[in-house]
Amino acid sequence: MKYLVCISRTPETTAKIAFTDGNTQFDKNGVQYILNPYDEWYALVRALELKEAGGGTVTVINVGTAENDAVIRKALAIGADDAVRIDTDPKSAMNVAKQISEYVKSNPHDIILCGKETIDYNSGEVGGMIAEFLDIPFVSYGEHLDIEGSSATVKRDIEGGSQTVKVNLPAVISAAKGMAEQRIPNMRGIMMAKRKPLNIVPAVPFEDAATVIGYTLPEGKSAVKMIDPENMDELVRLLQEEAKVL
Amino acid sequence: MSSVKTDRFQFHDHYLVEDLLSDDHRMAREAVREWVKQEVSPIIEECSEKAECPKHLFKGLAEIGAYGPSIPVKYGGGGMDEIAYGVIMQELERGDSGIRSMASVQGSLVMYPIYKYASEEQKMKYLPKLGSGEFIGCFGLTEPDHGSNPSGMVTNIKDDGDAYILNGAKMWITNSPVADLAVVWAKDEEGKIRGMVVEAGSKGFTAPEIHGKLSLRASITGELVFEDVRVPKENVFPEIKGLRGPLSCLSKARYGIAWGAIGAALDCYDSALRYSLEREQFGRPIGGFQLTQKKLAEMITEITKAQLLAWRLGSLANDGKATPAQISMAKRNNVNMALEIAREARQIHGGMGITNEYPIMRHMMNLETVLTYEGTHDIHLLITGMEVTGLNAFK
Repeated sequence: MKYLVCISRTPETTAKIAFTDGNTQFDKNGVQYILNPYDEWYALVRALELKEAGGGTVTVINVGTAENDAVIRKALAIGADDAVRIDTDPKSAMNVAKQISEYVKSNPHDIILCGKETIDYNSGEVGGMIAEFLDIPFVSYGEHLDIEGSSATVKRDIEGGSQTVKVNLPAVISAAKGMAEQRIPNMRGIMMAKRKPLNIVPAVPFEDAATVIGYTLPEGKSAVKMIDPENMDELVRLLQEEAKVL
Repeated sequence: MSSVKTDRFQFHDHYLVEDLLSDDHRMAREAVREWVKQEVSPIIEECSEKAECPKHLFKGLAEIGAYGPSIPVKYGGGGMDEIAYGVIMQELERGDSGIRSMASVQGSLVMYPIYKYASEEQKMKYLPKLGSGEFIGCFGLTEPDHGSNPSGMVTNIKDDGDAYILNGAKMWITNSPVADLAVVWAKDEEGKIRGMVVEAGSKGFTAPEIHGKLSLRASITGELVFEDVRVPKENVFPEIKGLRGPLSCLSKARYGIAWGAIGAALDCYDSALRYSLEREQFGRPIGGFQLTQKKLAEMITEITKAQLLAWRLGSLANDGKATPAQISMAKRNNVNMALEIAREARQIHGGMGITNEYPIMRHMMNLETVLTYEGTHDIHLLITGMEVTGLNAFK
């Protein structure tokens, strides 16, 4: 069984978010980066568990420039066998999906795993787009994944409950919380990662159909207004007129 | 007052010292920090309060790779460099000096002398199992009447055919009550200091626990008592004779402490900074007052100096050029720095600073030990004094 895990580099969760160039670019100044937790904790670790139980190989793939190599090495330190980086600076989820799908066309894998979303743009688009480009099934928000023969069983989170899906392989599956538990790389893994292959492949030409016009930060939290418990009318008035929730 | 809290620690690196480190170092730091947040922070206050050693962490420390990270992989280590070792110790001590002690004794004081001085058979017999945490080790040099003056030790061995007969006692031995083996230093019949591995269960060998410590309460400490213990001759390190043997181990451990103490200082500073921004008096955060800022500014200044000192020492150690005197200076400076910061941080926390809602008092009490063990604050000063004057002020 050949597992391909799509990994992303995202700003660390406590990073201060700011924009430059007239609010059209993310300001990377002073930002620390991490491996996207959904990719790392759930997609990658579940792939490793399945490989350990049933054999196979786990390859991680990233679309990005050399500045992503540190998080790729972390994935190798956690246990991936090898890594592929498609050498381009993608501006859209569709470009990422296009690059990965083109790679898979010439390097077939049985299961393509990704996190349910990245924690920066949170669009959760890449998995579905890869499946579409490859014309194979996509199952999103998997919280449990098992493999049997040439099919996968995925338990997925749905509104008000869960759904269990059986899908023929190859397929793309996105991983949500619960699919696995975080593995912290150990020192030996960190050292072994240096000797594992990281193959850098050129990107295929791609032209984005959409461009980002601008970013806006959410409004800051306003101060808490304290209402006297005796003054319920005022509370109702504020909820109606200011908060507009009643 | 005991609670399981979320570890809100954030790293502080005012001079971007991290840029001087490699990706491996940063990954090691991140991994150990995560491990500490998951495994140490939720339990450490309670362990410390109850004076209980979290023994399950011996295995966890092995799994993360905290034992002998700079010892070759073949011998159960991590095959990393000295800076990686320092970074790991710093992150562990950010959690607790006692947890760091558990690891640094195993790596620097047990695995290192076996790696450095034992025969190949001894290395293969002990090191992989020490690296994997299957064996826990301890290190016996200090005696009840010989602390700063180890050369005066009375513990001794006498030749008895295929074995030596070991007699004596060692004091203040981290990990000893739970150890599977002890690296022990004793005088032979010529008065030369020899090192040897003494296995737990040997007849006449006991390791009673020392109770009543108000410092390093989550780390178990004991004695080593030897009454006519037969130590097979193959357990004695063949080459090394004299004080150089144990002192080389101490250099290794002191090096780790020079890095480790910064972790405790960072935890105190981080807590104090956050508290100063959340705690309001006179209608505004206390971090806005000049006297609080003086404390915080001086703390981060001292931490930054210590970070640079540790990094430079690590670079020298990687090149094989770090001298014992340089290690002494860094150990002395950085531990004292951490203790001073703990005291200042306690003041910023006001009354809350004396509770176990915050890590300050635990670090402060721990650091009192760290200031004294592995060469006291004063002894390290005399080492520097001797280095610069060429004159021995020890005796």
